[in-house]
Amino acid sequence: MQITIEVNNRKIKAEKGETILSALNRNGILIPTLCRMRDFTPTGACRMCVVEVEGRDRLVTACSQPVEEWMRIMTHSQRVIRSRKTIVELLLSNHPDDCLYCNRNLNCELQRLAEELNINERRIRGKKIQMRLDQSSHSVVRELSKCILCGRCIRVCDEIVTATTLGFLNRGKTAHVGTAMDRDFNFSSCLNCGQCILVCPTGALHEKHNTTEVMESLNRDNVTNVICYSPAVPCAVAEIMGLKYSKEFDLVLNAVLRQIGFDKVYNCGFATDLYIDKAARSLYSSVKEGRRETTYLSACPAWLKYAEQKLPGEIGSLSTLKIPQQIAGAIVKGVVAEDISGGNSEIFTVSVTPCTGMKFESRRDGMTRKGVSDIDAVITVTELSRLIRLFGVDITSPSGEPADAPMNIRSSSALLTEVSGGYTEAIVRSLMHLSGSGEPEKKIFRKLRNNHGFRDLSLAIGDEQYSFAIVDGLHSLERLNAEISGGKSYDIVEVMVCPSGCVHGGGLAFFSSKEVLRTRARQIYATEESEAVNTASRSPALLSFYEEYGDFSDERGEILHTKYNARDVLL
Amino acid sequence: MTDSVEKIVSSYKSGRREDLIPILQKIQEAVGYIPEEAIVAIGNKLKISTTKIYGLATFYDQFRFFPQGKIHITICNGTTCYINGASDVIEAVREFVGTEPGDTSRDKLFSYEVTTCVGGCHSSPVILVNGEYHAPVTPESISEMLSKLRVVIENE
Repeated sequence: MQITIEVNNRKIKAEKGETILSALNRNGILIPTLCRMRDFTPTGACRMCVVEVEGRDRLVTACSQPVEEWMRIMTHSQRVIRSRKTIVELLLSNHPDDCLYCNRNLNCELQRLAEELNINERRIRGKKIQMRLDQSSHSVVRELSKCILCGRCIRVCDEIVTATTLGFLNRGKTAHVGTAMDRDFNFSSCLNCGQCILVCPTGALHEKHNTTEVMESLNRDNVTNVICYSPAVPCAVAEIMGLKYSKEFDLVLNAVLRQIGFDKVYNCGFATDLYIDKAARSLYSSVKEGRRETTYLSACPAWLKYAEQKLPGEIGSLSTLKIPQQIAGAIVKGVVAEDISGGNSEIFTVSVTPCTGMKFESRRDGMTRKGVSDIDAVITVTELSRLIRLFGVDITSPSGEPADAPMNIRSSSALLTEVSGGYTEAIVRSLMHLSGSGEPEKKIFRKLRNNHGFRDLSLAIGDEQYSFAIVDGLHSLERLNAEISGGKSYDIVEVMVCPSGCVHGGGLAFFSSKEVLRTRARQIYATEESEAVNTASRSPALLSFYEEYGDFSDERGEILHTKYNARDVLL
Repeated sequence: MTDSVEKIVSSYKSGRREDLIPILQKIQEAVGYIPEEAIVAIGNKLKISTTKIYGLATFYDQFRFFPQGKIHITICNGTTCYINGASDVIEAVREFVGTEPGDTSRDKLFSYEVTTCVGGCHSSPVILVNGEYHAPVTPESISEMLSKLRVVIENE
């Protein structure tokens, strides 16, 4: 039902039951917000969005107050502006004046608010916060001195990730965001997914930077520098650089990476194809033999850590295949090392991913052989885009170059895995190929692509019936458990911790609307359609790799597998 | 886990978040502090994350996470004691024990905390040593008393 309210002496239409803020935004009146996150319950904690409502003594938070018929609202009166300004001035009073050296310089919500509210002198002087810098995690750095206690990271960790790693500790001036027993991140239940980084308005949470070691390695002699990038990376780099993504951009990125100085450029999508092929083959053969058991895909590092610490009973059901990034590392260092070393004594493998959890994954037990790690450094897409700018590469100029053999080509299935549901779709395609039942119809996947949260799919491939379940965002695990306890059983369960999958990874560019996520997914689907090879098991690079080096179904296959152990952390 | 913690936790119903503070208080009373395993046990019982329990417990001054020292000093910092020089008393104790309020000294002999009114305003500033009132005190008298106490307990 529509009602009319009066805002700044102008009548506007509002829906009954919506908040003042959403009514204002729809009518083109912008109000600064800080602690607000779209699609979350409002907390009204920061009081940035206050407005004056006639008849009320106190200012009202627009983000949490529903509109009512009688309301006469002033959004930018002197009192309101002064109040907002004071809040930001108080936040700045004890904030370290570190902007020039800050990770979020020019991209910081607090900085932007200060600028928007015309704060140009230091009116309030406070004692600077001196809290510890937590660099213990491989993935997430916590700079408590920059934290403004908005609580967004806590809410995303509770409601979306459901790891409940973060909470407010202590009270008053010692209050801060921390983990159980105030431990550092490496001893906590943190999944390294990086969702908290994406919502942090300041530089208090950011990914751990590995660019320094990458640059050091690029400058060393006798080192073969290898880089492999996940299928989503070209798409994400294009987004950061403001370009439109198409499949040609993969080739451009190869050229860009070579310009930066990498000797070998690999497409990690090859390893994804290998992963899909192996997973599909093992499912196909076990079902053929009549063995039906649920396998949880091991393609999300945050999910793996979650399973290890929270679901020790399910560890046996996790697929033992390594994450594609680690498969690529194992192939570089364990299979093709001699071919590519070119007389150099060392190979340095760098991986670019949209995921902060991969930094942790590359340091996991079992990801080294003879003391040499498979992947030496993992950088996120944001770090890569910084490298590209640092090395002065004009991303619009180079013409495309192919990646290096053997990991030069990926199927379009590999690209698809970057959106949640993609692994399932890719495995279905491979299963159809294996059972000789031709191309899948597009409409069976529509259900997988549209819903978010939990969805399942059951279909006949060849002579057998297969069922799949997809979870994105761990809050949907409940739905999975309900379905399983309701008697359903699944052959493959694909779990992604980040909602929508890797296109929402913690190492990607910051964004504030779901529209960006949808655009990313749409771009991937569109590019996927334009590519020729859409089945992982039919990828020409994979087939020629099998021909040259064998298909790793013998004991050499152990380099593709790992094992998981229960993890003792405070939950 | 100590038996007393287990006994206290098991006497409550599962999944009732409102029982959190009473459980914490009972454990503190029985054990003297909130041990880590107690937080885990409460978390399992009430289905609350340990982070949230720790966050709540650190919000209130009454909960401690380390065992008390053999000598536990409570310093009153209520209005009257504050006016009569409790800050100097706190400073003297801090210097003697060598820790912040709420912590326990490394040799586990001394711990202290700062609290609001203990009801001895007429002879402030007041401190409690293992529950026993001493008033009025001065920074000098406290240092002297604590030095004597240290000799006594070290010889025990």
